[in-house]
Amino acid sequence: MFADYSWSELGSIFAMQGFAGLILFSVFVLMALGLAIIFGQMGVINMAHGEFMILGAYVTWLTSNLFADHLPGLFGGFFFVAMIAAFLAAALLGALVEWLSIRHLYHRPLDTLLATWGLSLLLQQTYRSVFGAREVGVDLPGWMLGSVALTDIVEIPINGLLVMALTTVITIGVYLLMYRSSIGLRTRAVVQNRSMAGAVGIDTGRVDRLTFAIGCGIAGVAGSAFTMIGSTGPTAGQAYIVDTFLIVVFGGTASLLGTIASAFTISQAQSTLEFFLSGSMAKVLTLVTVVLILMIRPQGLFATKLRR
Amino acid sequence: MSVSTNTACVLAIEGLTVSFDGFRAVDELNLYLDEREIHVIIGPNGAGKTTVLDLICGKTQASAGSIRFRNRELRRLKEHHIVRAGVGRKFQNPSIYDELTVFENLELSFPRGRTVLGSLFFKRDAAVLDRVQEIAAAVFLDELLHSEASLLSHGQKQWLEIGMLLIQDPQLLMLDEPVAGMSVAERVKTAELLNRITADRSVLVVEHDMGFVEDIADRVTVLHQGRKLAEGSMASVQADPRVIDVYLGH
Amino acid sequence: MNSFSTANPSTLKKHDLLSLAVLALILLVALPLLLDIFRLNLVGKYLSYAFVAVGLVLCWGMGGILSLGQGVFFGLGGYGMAMFLKLEASTPEATAIQSTPGIPDFMDWNQLTELPAFWVPFQSFPLTLAAIVVVPGLFAALIGYAMFSRRVSGVYFAIITQAIAAILTVLVIGQQGVTGGVNGITDLRTLLGWDIRTDFARYVFYYVNGVLLLGALVGALYLQRSRLGRLLTAIRVSEDRVRFSGYSVAHLKTFVFCIAAVLSSIGGALFTLQVGFMSPTLIGIVPSIEMVIFCAVGGRLSVFGAVYGTLLVSGLKMSLSESFPELWLFGLGAVFIAVVMFLPYGLAGVYRGLSERLSARFLAGRVSGSAAARIADPS
Repeated sequence: MFADYSWSELGSIFAMQGFAGLILFSVFVLMALGLAIIFGQMGVINMAHGEFMILGAYVTWLTSNLFADHLPGLFGGFFFVAMIAAFLAAALLGALVEWLSIRHLYHRPLDTLLATWGLSLLLQQTYRSVFGAREVGVDLPGWMLGSVALTDIVEIPINGLLVMALTTVITIGVYLLMYRSSIGLRTRAVVQNRSMAGAVGIDTGRVDRLTFAIGCGIAGVAGSAFTMIGSTGPTAGQAYIVDTFLIVVFGGTASLLGTIASAFTISQAQSTLEFFLSGSMAKVLTLVTVVLILMIRPQGLFATKLRR
Repeated sequence: MSVSTNTACVLAIEGLTVSFDGFRAVDELNLYLDEREIHVIIGPNGAGKTTVLDLICGKTQASAGSIRFRNRELRRLKEHHIVRAGVGRKFQNPSIYDELTVFENLELSFPRGRTVLGSLFFKRDAAVLDRVQEIAAAVFLDELLHSEASLLSHGQKQWLEIGMLLIQDPQLLMLDEPVAGMSVAERVKTAELLNRITADRSVLVVEHDMGFVEDIADRVTVLHQGRKLAEGSMASVQADPRVIDVYLGH
Repeated sequence: MNSFSTANPSTLKKHDLLSLAVLALILLVALPLLLDIFRLNLVGKYLSYAFVAVGLVLCWGMGGILSLGQGVFFGLGGYGMAMFLKLEASTPEATAIQSTPGIPDFMDWNQLTELPAFWVPFQSFPLTLAAIVVVPGLFAALIGYAMFSRRVSGVYFAIITQAIAAILTVLVIGQQGVTGGVNGITDLRTLLGWDIRTDFARYVFYYVNGVLLLGALVGALYLQRSRLGRLLTAIRVSEDRVRFSGYSVAHLKTFVFCIAAVLSSIGGALFTLQVGFMSPTLIGIVPSIEMVIFCAVGGRLSVFGAVYGTLLVSGLKMSLSESFPELWLFGLGAVFIAVVMFLPYGLAGVYRGLSERLSARFLAGRVSGSAAARIADPS
């Protein structure tokens, strides 16, 4: 398989596949970040995370149509507005869901998993009823199409760069929020010792809701990015949920850096393998390797050493 | 203070060390337990007392040292094998089966049918019934056999857990703060219980209640920052200036 | 009075036998009389799902081991049976028009020229039956022990089982030359020379399914009432205490996981026999979770609940999804959320609560005051 290519050719192939996978990587990072916040910090498994992402994608689509119809002159910048709208929409829905349902299930993690699966069914059906069963595509403004040539073989798509930049900003933002702000401090306090945090006056219910909402909001932004690599449909989120969970667990739920490293490894492994194998075998091979590693090292590949 | 020879004592801990990310929770600990001795470990919080029990029963892996129980190295064994070798451990927070009755809690601890197939074909015969009754009476719970364990008081849950250990007939019984959260009357009863059951076995206790320790201890070891600070009878330890400085207070 | 006599608690209680009798009556007598063969065949299909739900009662309801990938085992059994039936239908005479006669049609379409090695054992019926039991059992033992011995449990375990279901689906669909791909293995005709598509065959398979399911229920009940059953509850409630009472928790969990796997596999094989095909749409994430829904709605602690829950939800799905397709998915999602949040013990839990209150009131009038007080007092 690899023997057919020279070293420099292989290098170029890896680089090209790497950059081609930029957006996929960014989507994974954003999804995994959102889920890591929810799961890693709160122990809640959100099986509807893919549907929050798709909500962001639909909002992006709606925004794109809105600008195209009513504000054609500003169409070039619609994407930034869409992102913010996607974040807000997903975050609001997340807060509502947490208030209605999740907060009653914190002591039953497996049941949260099942309840959020029910939610994902509900959301899929809602999308189908509201937006139709067919997939929709988002048109990008001209400046976002096209690529920048690095070498004579390697080209980087502009929208990939944009999404990467966006992801970096959000990641830094999340880090600052979690580890440098008072909100983050309160969240970590609640996670580590709920009753104590409540006893010192932290509104644990509010903190939980905010955390869940932020996690979902980030998924919404992932949805915006997602519109660049796939068509948006009611069930499109399903394809990403398993990968996202594996990334979160593989990276060790304790550190954001681990999550990023994990997303990078898995998405790059998949896109690189896709060059040499068929699409399905690449996915199978990647997933099998991840699962095997997880079976041998359950705390994830990048987790720090635990007290055992 | 004489050090028992390796083969005479029930439990021989030598050079036991465990570190978590560089922090030495237990540091080169030597401890020897004689037959039918009640040995209490005391010390300030964070001294490593519970960690010692964790290391012996296999809950935590040691970094170095040896733990020999009747001349058998326990470090290599899995938790359930350590139990079958004759070591019973009571946890700080009562670790019982809430959803099951007192009877079922005790019955599940009966040391027969501990393999998969054994448990599938386990028969509740007269021997089991008698033994459960006997142990329940010993831990003051014979009136409550039908009750669901979640309904017991905190002290009764501690007794239930002790009962679940007793029914296994361990040769080394390890208790982590057995009277924590108990009323004065319950403490008196527990002291009496412990004095009764140690007729046949060795006991290692971690405790904070000095009055209780005085009641039951044969020998006391004081731990501080993972190391042994002092060892001997309760009286000698209470008089030790280092111990007074670090723990007991002036 | 010592109410704990030496009567072996593993013996099935009276109400177990009564429930079994009622179910047997419904499945083996009432339904065949009331329904035409087409609908009875549908019930048979649902009963094959019920095997999975019963397995989930054991490993999830009792042991707390949530597997979101039982479809994998259902598929292993289903595909095993399908492979045998397909090979039987692909004799050189029947496939004379193919470029390579003697191999299944989809292999021919994919330009294969000989039977892949792993298909060869499925030319023999005894080997097929053995494979249906052994392969899922072994697989479950391997992945189960690998995870349980490393204390992987709860949510992590669920995610990994889900990943395995996803992997298998992608694999089966991608390798269409050897698995039939997304269409699955279809056009199955005879079992050992006997046509499986006739009404008579359908009746026979329905009864075989029903009897096997009842047998599985007897076994499951025995397990529930045995010490192993109580141990599973104990593990769910306080795993450490079980470990420190001298039990190998990993072995116990692996055992119940394997039982659930083998049950699912048998269900899969019966599905293939009754429906006449097997496809990857039955092995992935969605069907796996649907079977969890059956178990949750029926009652995760009750094997009878699991059967009734399967029949109820599947029946509703059939009737509603045709007339009100949009409403159905919405309803399913909402029902699932509601059950998980408010009825964690499912319909069986509701039934038990009701019957306990009824019998308390019924008996209170006939028994002495103190005994009645004891029964009526919920604590």
